[in-house]
Amino acid sequence: MLKDGTDMSGIISYGSYIPKYRIKPDEIARVWGEDPENIRNGIYILSKSVPSPDEDVATISVEAARNAIKRRKVNPADIGAIYVGSESHPYAVKPTATIVASAIGADFRLFSADYEFACKAGTAGMQNVKAMVDSGMIKYGMAIGSDTSQGAPGDALEYSASAGGTAFIIGKEDPIAEINDTLSVTSDTPDFWRREGQPYPTHGERFTGEPAYFKHTIGAAKMIMERMKTKPEDYNYAVFHQPNGKFPTRAAKSLGFTEEQFSDGLLTPVIGNTYSGSMMTGLSAILDKASPGDRILAVSFGSGAGSDAFDLTVTDKMDEVDRNSAPTIKEMLSKVKWIDYAIYAKFKKKIVFGESVD
Amino acid sequence: MGELSSVWRESSHRYRLVAHGCGNCKAVYFPPRDICPKCHRDSIGKMKEMELSGRGKIESFTVVHDVPPAFIRQRPYVLALIRLDEGPTLTAQVVDCDPSEVALGKRVRSVFRRVREDGKSGIIQYGYKFVLE
Repeated sequence: MLKDGTDMSGIISYGSYIPKYRIKPDEIARVWGEDPENIRNGIYILSKSVPSPDEDVATISVEAARNAIKRRKVNPADIGAIYVGSESHPYAVKPTATIVASAIGADFRLFSADYEFACKAGTAGMQNVKAMVDSGMIKYGMAIGSDTSQGAPGDALEYSASAGGTAFIIGKEDPIAEINDTLSVTSDTPDFWRREGQPYPTHGERFTGEPAYFKHTIGAAKMIMERMKTKPEDYNYAVFHQPNGKFPTRAAKSLGFTEEQFSDGLLTPVIGNTYSGSMMTGLSAILDKASPGDRILAVSFGSGAGSDAFDLTVTDKMDEVDRNSAPTIKEMLSKVKWIDYAIYAKFKKKIVFGESVD
Repeated sequence: MGELSSVWRESSHRYRLVAHGCGNCKAVYFPPRDICPKCHRDSIGKMKEMELSGRGKIESFTVVHDVPPAFIRQRPYVLALIRLDEGPTLTAQVVDCDPSEVALGKRVRSVFRRVREDGKSGIIQYGYKFVLE
């Protein structure tokens, strides 16, 4: 934490992108002979986003990055670093960050890399660019969390694995939200993984809860509140990683947060789990409506496992920004196209063609 | 390899709609041209790079049903002639809509999408497509 409040780095601008297509768990359950009521109540997911056949992590990242630039008219040449966190980069070797840099017209002199830490690779990028801004290496840094996550046909993950992403531009000059503090927790926990060359991930089923998600998310949240000497009631908003609708709700309540504090950032029930984009997109929804002085607790979680916690305060500069100059989350949730499982299977390449078809 | 080099060489106009504006007659060209076909030698050294807004309207369109193998997942798709607000016309796909929603004169905006890929191990080509506003 920087002691000098006038020189504190934070979020300069933000932008998100959620694909237009949606599928309901009832439709997935119909195909696999499951009870849709169990899915809705069990994991609290009412619909999830589905990428078009021509969308991937690079296209989602570019759209989110462009929305962040547009929202505050940031000069791309001032962005000195771009880090893209995802577990579904289109290339195994060739960075998504280079495609984003070229698509937004960033300068040749640029720090960049792709990050991978399950669902917290994007927030790891936020911490990285914040440190680079604080040390004076760069003026602005862009961190993106974006995924077109995978769930094997018939697997529980198929009900939640969705697509979307968010970009944050971090800097010191008039941030709309100061980052008061950030910290991480890490442990070697095998709750979820995908081996090299495998199309779908494997999860430790019930093991993904207590020793993984709850231990790290709640642990990081408690740790940052202890360091900042804050209590849940000191925050206007709280947002957590959202693998489903149930986990973040339980984590928030067990920490002492009320529904009023966490409902605005809880998007998984309507868009599914956007993995690296999950907590960051929830934070984006909060920034769409937050007012100067509002305090936000934001905690991501990445399987494997770890959590990144952020304590933020919205500044007076927020009132000077036309938040509608780029699509808001509310707008992206209102313009959707519903598809059935057959179209979903075609879009997600679960139907395999010959060599000539991608 | 010829294709690979063109993907790389054309990335600024395919990714960011970078055009050339003639400093002499103010005409805008997309894809960019080194010399203005109207002003010829008078335009030498006066062609300026500019990024187009990506906004325009549909001047004409067709619905493609007999698609190349790489577009089977998108069949049928809409291919349109789009008049950009800055003047140039380009050909591009209009995506994320039913063909029945597309009509002459409708406003569109550019989006960044996968255009094609060279098999399972080759390069992925990205570029502009359009969505209805």
